[in-house]
Amino acid sequence: MALKHVNAVIIGAGAAGGIVAKELAVAGLSVVLLERGKWYSPFECRKDDLRNQRVTALGSAFGPDDERYVRVFVDANGQEHLVRPSEGNYHNNAACVGGGTFSYGALAWRYMEKDFRMRSTYGAVEGSTLEDWPISYQDLEPYYEKAEWEIGVSGDDSKNVFRAPRNKPLPMPPMPPSREHQLLKDTAELLGLHPFDAPMLRNTVPYNGRGACMRCRWCVGFACEVDAKNGTHNTVIPKALATKNCELRTECVAKEILTNAQGRVTGVAYFDANDRLQEQPADLVVVSCSATESPRLLLNSKSQLFPNGLGNRNDWVGRNLQGHAYAGAYGLFDFDVYDDLGPGASVAVCDYNHGNPGLAGGAALANEFIRLPYNFSTIRPPGAPRWGAAHKEFMRKWFKRHTAVHGPVQEMPVFDSRVQVDPKVKDYWGIPVARLSGLNHPHTLEVAKYIALKAETWLKEAGAIQTWLKMPGRGLSGGQHQAGTCRMGNDPKTSVVNKYCQVHDVDNLFVVDASVHVTNGGFNPGLTIMAIAYYASDHILTTWKDRKFR
Amino acid sequence: MKKSNRLSRRKFIKLAVSVAASGSAISCAGTISPWRFLSGEEAQIVEAICGQIIPADQDPGATQAGVVNFIDRQLVGHLRRHQKAYREGLAGVNQTSLARFGKKFVDLPAPQQTEVLTALDKNEAPGEIWQQRSAKEFFDLVVSHTMQGFYGDPRHGGNRDGVSWRMVGLSYPPIRGRLRYDLTKPAPKESA
Repeated sequence: MALKHVNAVIIGAGAAGGIVAKELAVAGLSVVLLERGKWYSPFECRKDDLRNQRVTALGSAFGPDDERYVRVFVDANGQEHLVRPSEGNYHNNAACVGGGTFSYGALAWRYMEKDFRMRSTYGAVEGSTLEDWPISYQDLEPYYEKAEWEIGVSGDDSKNVFRAPRNKPLPMPPMPPSREHQLLKDTAELLGLHPFDAPMLRNTVPYNGRGACMRCRWCVGFACEVDAKNGTHNTVIPKALATKNCELRTECVAKEILTNAQGRVTGVAYFDANDRLQEQPADLVVVSCSATESPRLLLNSKSQLFPNGLGNRNDWVGRNLQGHAYAGAYGLFDFDVYDDLGPGASVAVCDYNHGNPGLAGGAALANEFIRLPYNFSTIRPPGAPRWGAAHKEFMRKWFKRHTAVHGPVQEMPVFDSRVQVDPKVKDYWGIPVARLSGLNHPHTLEVAKYIALKAETWLKEAGAIQTWLKMPGRGLSGGQHQAGTCRMGNDPKTSVVNKYCQVHDVDNLFVVDASVHVTNGGFNPGLTIMAIAYYASDHILTTWKDRKFR
Repeated sequence: MKKSNRLSRRKFIKLAVSVAASGSAISCAGTISPWRFLSGEEAQIVEAICGQIIPADQDPGATQAGVVNFIDRQLVGHLRRHQKAYREGLAGVNQTSLARFGKKFVDLPAPQQTEVLTALDKNEAPGEIWQQRSAKEFFDLVVSHTMQGFYGDPRHGGNRDGVSWRMVGLSYPPIRGRLRYDLTKPAPKESA
């Protein structure tokens, strides 16, 4: 029951897949873009603090749903758990058109030059597969710029003396400062740090035909009510569709990538919105499903030539799963720091990304997104009562007088932190599910402690009368920042894709998403995923013009 | 204030009972309950527990904010996987309170109710049910559901009139499009 042949099938309409679809469609290729979720609109911004992508007490707003999706999570004691998407250990990322970019906080970081050369900078770290990327910051620079201008970034990093060189400034100015921003910025300067306006994939002025952020308090985890947050759903995907070369098929779940006797990819088998199995033939396939779902799909694509799954001859698919070990501090003040101006995160320092004595890597530090009252009910100093009259009094007294500074600590990749397919458990469609296991590297936690103490110092300098640390656990981190599971490298023995995101032994199969990240920077990965998507698209198009992958 | 609360609650139950009588909301026990999942007696226990977790003071507490309504509603919705925990756990709370004080939980004065809940929290509660089920896990569950019902969005049946949001100093209903009224910026100058 094969469908009409197309040039390219892209699986996953998220940060990367949306961009590849647009680049290929604009160049004239016929494209099918498959997405397992739905296409939501700004009107579906429910501002529901118990049901969004970050707080899932009553389910996740933008998928995947608890009814049809499940994973196996292996905890630190080796115990297996069946986990649903709204449970933390599922390590969920949204399933919808736009993927994570539809509801993210929209921080728009360029990784620094050293983030691509972690092994050369810090040497080998025992127990870690720390390595350099096969590409450099300079290779990606033009594509970072393209992402900043085409998707739309605001901010001002001219005061960031640690930033990597850029050719063009950001297209939009930063937000006017909130009270918290002003306080933390002034204080950072007193400490001799270099604070600046964090870059955000957010309109601060009208841009791309949409208006500016209205600064509400429901940002990270929510759809944007005024459509001022920029993702692939409101930029490149509409552009791809406008070419009429790209067909977007939503609620389509990929089952496996199909190969022929010559070991080349011929298309994708997927379940459509009515659960019917379809086969979409294509000249090339791009896998952009996220760092847990992309390896799952490769591992589920077994055949005589690829008995262990595609790209997995050397057992590297699914390895080195990493996210970010968030570390920081909370502070209580004897004056109001909260002025109800969203989105919260706005002022950052890159003083601690590298050059921390005796440590490999670090993190950017910034103030946190606004904590809504329910979030705040779970935040308190160690030992403080969590219920009763005293807890209520804590909520009443400190909600407007607390703040938080934290940062995404760059993780040391661990070979045994991984995604596998579970031998027994299957999802609603009968497809073997992802099985997550592993631990954070001990050095990651050492860096995290250092970063948390720096955050605490910043808050104390700002006048906090009480502070406490927020530390990551030893458990695996994946979630929204998941990366690393189809490593990019020059040596096929120790990586899955080459420096152009092309699977080593299958020339018409690409993995384009955070899976290819060798290391994940001390930053939110969104803009880097986008830059790599533009970069990989360029290579695909060059090869296409050359010999059309035949 | 207390009196009017009591009145409104009674009125609410009366209304709910009449709705139930005309419909088919019969609880498992076979007696008519105004609730969706909880029996009338269970609802009273939940209400009393919530009232200890977030008591009323100068601001309304969980009871007044309708947290029991939130919990009951979610127990037939997204939280339905916790039905058994509530059915057994609430019976366990009465077992503990009978063992400790010879009375049912709702009949205890507030300080003794707190003692019972503290025993659950420490996993040191007497009661047959706690041989098979962790008292602490059950109490943790009720604490997080109470926080959700009190501090979460009113649309889910708790946080009546946004009481908790107003308590922490947030406007309710929220002010939209507030950028136009941004008071942290100097007033725009008239162009000359």
